[in-house]
Amino acid sequence: MTTNISFLLNGDQISYEIKDHWTLLHLLREEMGLIGTKEGCGNGECGACTVIVDKLAVNSCLYLAIDADKKTIETIEGLASTDGTLHPLQQSFVDNGGIQCGFCTPGMIMSSKALLDENPNAGREEIKHALAGNICRCTGYIQIFESVEAAKKMGGQNE
Amino acid sequence: MSNYNVVGKRIPKLDAAQKAMGRAEYIQDIKLPGMLYGKILYSKYAHAKIIKIDISKAKALPGVHAVLTGNDVPEKMKMGFYKDNPPIKKGKVCSFRDEVAAVAAKTPEIAKKALGLIEIEYEELEGIFDPEKAMEKESPLVHEHSKSNVLNLPWKLHYGDVEKAQEEAAFVVEDRFTTTWVTHCCMGTSGAVALFDASDNLTIYTNTQIPSLAQKDFLESLKAMGLKNKRVRVIKPIIGGGFGSKLDTYAYEHIAILLAHKCRKPVKLIFDRMEEFTATSTRQPAIIDIKQGCDKDGKLLFRDIKMILDNGAHTSWGATTPSVMMMPITSLYRVDNVRYDAKCVYTNNTYSQAMRGYGNPQATFAIESSIDMLAEKAGIDPIEFRRINRNHPGDITPQGFKITTCGMDLCLDTVEKELRKTASNEKSVGIGIASLIHVGGGARIYKSDGCGAILKIDDYGKVDVFTGGTDMGQGLDNITAQIVAEELGLLVEDINVVHSDTDVCPWDVGAHASRSTFVAGNAALGAAKKVKAKLLEFGSEILDTPAESLVLRDRLIFVPNDPEKSMPIDKLLRKAHFSPGGTMLMADHFYDPANENLGKDFKGNMSMTYTFGVHGVRVKVDEETGKVQVLEYVAAHDVGQAINPLLLEGQVYGGVVMGLGYALSEEVVHQNGKNMNANFRDYKLFTAKDAVKITAYVFETPDEEGPFGAKGIGEPGCVPTAPAIANAIYDAVGVRITNLPITPEKVLAAIKEKKKRPLN
Repeated sequence: MTTNISFLLNGDQISYEIKDHWTLLHLLREEMGLIGTKEGCGNGECGACTVIVDKLAVNSCLYLAIDADKKTIETIEGLASTDGTLHPLQQSFVDNGGIQCGFCTPGMIMSSKALLDENPNAGREEIKHALAGNICRCTGYIQIFESVEAAKKMGGQNE
Repeated sequence: MSNYNVVGKRIPKLDAAQKAMGRAEYIQDIKLPGMLYGKILYSKYAHAKIIKIDISKAKALPGVHAVLTGNDVPEKMKMGFYKDNPPIKKGKVCSFRDEVAAVAAKTPEIAKKALGLIEIEYEELEGIFDPEKAMEKESPLVHEHSKSNVLNLPWKLHYGDVEKAQEEAAFVVEDRFTTTWVTHCCMGTSGAVALFDASDNLTIYTNTQIPSLAQKDFLESLKAMGLKNKRVRVIKPIIGGGFGSKLDTYAYEHIAILLAHKCRKPVKLIFDRMEEFTATSTRQPAIIDIKQGCDKDGKLLFRDIKMILDNGAHTSWGATTPSVMMMPITSLYRVDNVRYDAKCVYTNNTYSQAMRGYGNPQATFAIESSIDMLAEKAGIDPIEFRRINRNHPGDITPQGFKITTCGMDLCLDTVEKELRKTASNEKSVGIGIASLIHVGGGARIYKSDGCGAILKIDDYGKVDVFTGGTDMGQGLDNITAQIVAEELGLLVEDINVVHSDTDVCPWDVGAHASRSTFVAGNAALGAAKKVKAKLLEFGSEILDTPAESLVLRDRLIFVPNDPEKSMPIDKLLRKAHFSPGGTMLMADHFYDPANENLGKDFKGNMSMTYTFGVHGVRVKVDEETGKVQVLEYVAAHDVGQAINPLLLEGQVYGGVVMGLGYALSEEVVHQNGKNMNANFRDYKLFTAKDAVKITAYVFETPDEEGPFGAKGIGEPGCVPTAPAIANAIYDAVGVRITNLPITPEKVLAAIKEKKKRPLN
């Protein structure tokens, strides 16, 4: 079974013929070549595949592509400006040691973005809560929290 | 403090922006034209004979290009430290992770479906899962060709006279400690893409920490396949974490090679998360019997340790972890009389490999828990006890380790001060500390501990460094760039570091033993020094001044306080290039430290220098539930010189949290050889919600041999964490937990047991 869906992806209107069983992760990575969204487990346990759907951080490995119809999707590829300027969250992850191997990074940044978009003044406990579903094996999380806090000061919410 | 321009600066990781934008390409992201997808079928039993395999249905499935069984694997294609493990097993399986067949197909879905069509008839055999039982004569043999399940790999040493020292000891403690399987949990799963060119030369993209040694393994596989005198190019893409997991070549890599050769197409083989848990190797589990004694003043007199290591069904580097366990056993604190005897035993469990710390966390758990017990028996404060016995610069330990620099005293003082800041008599709150020694200046476990670097510099002052060293997220790219920039008076953005491609990068033994900063750093520094000498020579000619008076800094070559004698380095380079008989600057350097292989009686100065550290922790134990809460964590290390404090702190934080998982929550649960928790729901990693406050103290004790004085720091963060926690729990509620992980169930059971015991 295939279905035609349309959605807003990183600001661009997209129309796509999908197979009904595809996950949003499969559509983004395997069909559209947006490799920034990572698959860490495929079971919704690690958060590496986090994208934002209608302002909500979701595990795209558990989200059916068909459910993205008429929705607004943000992925890591949509964060930096077209002139190459990094989003404040991306910049602060770079500056504060929030990135080592980098595999969890896109998911971490998307979860952080969903949080700061909704609550620009989120405190440490709220950051911890928002990132509870994003596993990182390299950093021990400390420099990730510091990155999100620094981004907050830089205006990490949606401009 | 040192007066460096680039070294010691908190410069963000060079590839961080690429990663933050989602542009970094991992093995998962590689797609080649015509590429097929491989999948592996694993055994249904822990121990069984393979009676029959029927692959006809799988082969007939449209989209399937090849199906391999053990019969398709050349006889001499073997993996592991013992070279006893074929990538697909034939005739018999010895563990659930044993590979029995593999498929290449047009899509991953078809490959998966094909696996389901392979029919195998097994005859189940009795399995053996307890290493102690496996040592008994009447136990079933994992490998019939060996007479016993005990490997012929004696790890045995005795320095001084332990028996005599025991007679002289005023206080002696003795206990058994056990550690279990834990696994790396790299966020990017394992994988490889293999392809052959028209002349049967292999290119393999693979997640590895050992490009050069992997190249050698794959060359041997090609030879076994009858492909002689061929070339192998190993390219490591950006990898989603290493932590030691990629220090051997695995079946999936050799299978990808076999499939690619058979299909004449690129084959990609990527693990799913379940395979990552079940089919990669764990940290080596250990049963540790330890006895230590001291005199009436607390001077440590002897240490006597026996170990049994569950080798699993095959032999990889896990079986060699005793070589590193020996380091804390013989050399953590001054102790003249040491005995150690470790046996590796085959079972039908999974087999182990290297994991951050390489045996050191297991041994240190036993030693540092036991030190606290001994201090208590001797009536001496545990921190004071460690001060009495600490290592000193200039010491030569019984194993022959030459301690050059040692900041253990500073670390002890600092951790004590931090922990005593909060004087607390709060009920169920306690503090604990533990120390560590680790190799910090390479580790000669192979014939060479070397690394090569090639450096070239263009007309614009831009440098390419081709290093044998491997970055896996820890930051070797930065370390290399900062060292070269410092030496050549350039900026970090002038340095491009090329690594992890055997066609262009020189040899290196691998990213292990916290050796890359020290060894790969020295290799890059050596090459930079040669280029610098040439720069100074040209500068001396062109600026008409003695070379000794010239300084390279901020892209300039100049005589200090003489504005006439100054020139941008790039201009100098162009002058050198575009003159008659012109030249361009390039240099190479191979650095092999003057450390020693362990020789007779396992003696030898394994590393050029050793890293020391002390960790302290304050915990609160919920006596109703047994749950341990970490209130405060202090980690102090002596690091020689921090080349990049931002990344160094990242190594410490990450190491400590990995250590906390080892201490408190992580365990691969095996039931009769079967992995029962192969997912992140049931394998309990620390999450953001569990993160604790860690204060990292970095003491600079510049080491003569290190690049700009640096020592290695990749592994130490996770070495003493578990005993520090165990000691703090004892301080808080008076129960001593001797087996990892220290789960609430174990703590609660111990508290209940303690309450039952009559007061004495």
